[in-house]
Amino acid sequence: MGLELTLIGIFIVSTIVGYFLINNVPPLLHTPLMSGMNALSGITLIGALIATAIGLKESNPIISAILGGIAIVVATINVIGGFGITDKMLKMFKKKVKQDE
Amino acid sequence: MNNIFDFLTTPVVEYVISGVLVLLVMYGIFLMGKVKSARLGNGISSLSMLLAVIFTLISNDILDVWLLYVFLLLGLILSVWIITSIKMIQTPQLVATLNGFGGLASTIVGIFALYEIGSDSSVFGQITAIVALLVGMLTFVGSVIAALKLAQKIKQKSFSFSNHTMILSGLLVLMLALIFIAPIVHLNPLIIIIIGLLISGLFGSLFTLKIGGADMPIAISLLNSLSGVAGAISGLAIGNVLLVSIAGIVGASGLLLTQIMCKAMNRKLLEILLGKTSVSLTMNQKPVVVEVKNKISTKDPLEVIKEAKKVIIIPGYGMAIAQAQFLVKELADLIKKNGASVKFAIHPVAGRMPGHMNVLLAEVDIDYDDLYEMDVINPEFKVTDVAIVIGANDVINPAARDKEGTPIYGMPILNVDEAKHVFIFNYDLKPGYSGVNNSLYQKNNVNFFLGNAKETLSTFINEIKNK
Repeated sequence: MGLELTLIGIFIVSTIVGYFLINNVPPLLHTPLMSGMNALSGITLIGALIATAIGLKESNPIISAILGGIAIVVATINVIGGFGITDKMLKMFKKKVKQDE
Repeated sequence: MNNIFDFLTTPVVEYVISGVLVLLVMYGIFLMGKVKSARLGNGISSLSMLLAVIFTLISNDILDVWLLYVFLLLGLILSVWIITSIKMIQTPQLVATLNGFGGLASTIVGIFALYEIGSDSSVFGQITAIVALLVGMLTFVGSVIAALKLAQKIKQKSFSFSNHTMILSGLLVLMLALIFIAPIVHLNPLIIIIIGLLISGLFGSLFTLKIGGADMPIAISLLNSLSGVAGAISGLAIGNVLLVSIAGIVGASGLLLTQIMCKAMNRKLLEILLGKTSVSLTMNQKPVVVEVKNKISTKDPLEVIKEAKKVIIIPGYGMAIAQAQFLVKELADLIKKNGASVKFAIHPVAGRMPGHMNVLLAEVDIDYDDLYEMDVINPEFKVTDVAIVIGANDVINPAARDKEGTPIYGMPILNVDEAKHVFIFNYDLKPGYSGVNNSLYQKNNVNFFLGNAKETLSTFINEIKNK
């Protein structure tokens, strides 16, 4: 049960830290922030990679490839697409800063 | 290679590396709190994600599973295509879709875990696997429907039938039952998966269909939070520290944003969860277009704008739909050249997701220092010569302040009615998403420029130029 408790503890600490981290972000940046957070939620990609690899080795390889393939592709899009679009947004804010200086 | 592998799989080293990566992610988020460092922050977050993936491949000894790279590459190609083809106006539906993708991935990880792939047969492993499957699926279905609504592929209006709240509650009970009973009676995984996908999919769709257009920012941030929760729980299922902590941060941050949105709209989260959306109250009463009293303002709007010293522009979603932000910028520059000060008042829920309006205005090079939040700008309306409303309705409706019993009563609004003159560039005089007639339209100091904001604005701009 040791690992489970550690994991739950980590989950709780992360949520608390996350809560306070977001509190200092001004509404101006809420959309890029959300979109960045959204990209981070694609971290489930690492779960998909592990499960798919184990499935391919130890279980039905065809079903694992199909299911895992879908999971990896969509999670990758979630991550890269999410960070990409966030960057695209922030670049617009950035341009303004340069003009001011 | 073997040495590195042995070293990286020692539990202590694994925890330390995970910890460092999590801190890196947190630092990235922290940097996103300021405009100047936000882009760097985003970069740091994405770098730590890349490192997390590489670390996962190494520490789980799956570097040589070539098929994984095929899928990763496919995802990469599709991402690049999405990023290059997307317009800023489409961000809300894109974020919703991507969010759904994360949920779908968590669902699949949950399915794997149910078959004890990456997980074990313990009750903890099984319960978390089912929760990941359920939350992931409802996030996926909910996000897809939200995206379709935002893209106006399906009706934005709240859709509900009798007993909606009861059905939702019933489905919730069913999900809880599945979570706790299935692992104990050792139900066949396939049966759990089929039942789980059905009830959570149904819950996700009914829940999102019920949410009207005006509550969309809340729905989006809530779904964002849920995709984090789904990821974190799938991490619990397969015992992955990195996944649990990073997704946990996302879950919490989404929840906080949801709270902020709820506050801005004077809504209670629980009410929205149970399907009491602002629109539902007006479902039965047909919105009536009020006849605006024929009152031509005593002064010519062009004169008013010439003499104005202090102008506030209030952009709403209508401006975004009409793609009129370039003209808004032109108008602002023109008024500034005239010697007046121009500020932009941004309602917290302007647009279709939190902070959406700021992004749209930044896109057309409007200085973000000119963008003011509601609480800051509200006292200034009293001393403002002209308030120019462009495609906004509910967020400037004084009924929210003084008409008790209307669905928007109590929602904080921009006090546009306190300005000396109000110019309204709206498409028509119909009520906004809330279905409540705008009592501002009855006032005497209001000038209307009705029609597509792009056309009415460019006409107005030309008139100013030619004068």
